Amino acid sequence: MTGEAIAFWLVAAALVASSLAVVLTPNLFHAVLFLAAALVATGVVFLLLGSPFLFAVQLLLYAGGVVTIMVFAIMLTERLVGERLSQTNRWVLNGAIVAAAVFVGVLGFLLRAPRPGPWPAGRDWIAELARALTGPFAAPFELLGVLLLAVLLGAIYFARTEN
Amino acid sequence: MGLHAYLVLAALVFAIGLFGVLTRRNAIGILLGIELMLNAVNINLVAFARFHADLVGVIFTLFTISITVAEVGLGLAIVIAIFRVRKTVEADHLHLLRG
Repeated sequence: MTGEAIAFWLVAAALVASSLAVVLTPNLFHAVLFLAAALVATGVVFLLLGSPFLFAVQLLLYAGGVVTIMVFAIMLTERLVGERLSQTNRWVLNGAIVAAAVFVGVLGFLLRAPRPGPWPAGRDWIAELARALTGPFAAPFELLGVLLLAVLLGAIYFARTEN
Repeated sequence: MGLHAYLVLAALVFAIGLFGVLTRRNAIGILLGIELMLNAVNINLVAFARFHADLVGVIFTLFTISITVAEVGLGLAIVIAIFRVRKTVEADHLHLLRG
């Protein structure tokens, strides 16, 4: 096995294990910590796919931002000590059947598809990305800023106290 | 590793996230499952972008990551607002709109 294959299997095992822990652990706070691990593992998958910029974005936005506000939301809506934090799952069998059906369906589609060829030569995308975001994709990029501003105002509006 | 390995990994993570969305009782737990599903889609996007050597897939992933972060921020604000009014975030207890 090449080094890349070993790295892929290690990252895949870590990603699947932490994802399973996210949906199965009874403690919600632990679930968020496992989600952070799963998000970092996803970032490493991006790194293996030759996108170090997306790895950095993933760490900054997801593992940094999303996990932090998730922890804050749990602290605001649950008592951190006591039994309220632990939660049970419901309809585990039905959920497992539906999830397995979706996975098997996608897998069957993938296995029927023709085998793809080898990877093309990788190239450094960061300079091209900067040019694309300031050139042909400048307008959507600005719209993204408008969206983030709207979300900021909306979140303040929803979460504010009445007075 | 071929393209298929990444796509199968993404499908597996997507199915796990779907299981979490279907079985969690807590609204924040459901949001965690949605996060996993969106991550699986991002893996697919980057894998196809790398395979076709097309930059647009990477730009699209950048946009989906940003929009997901916006969605989580707004979703958690709604969860906190619901908790203020109803004193619970259990999805089973939030049936005010049921006819």
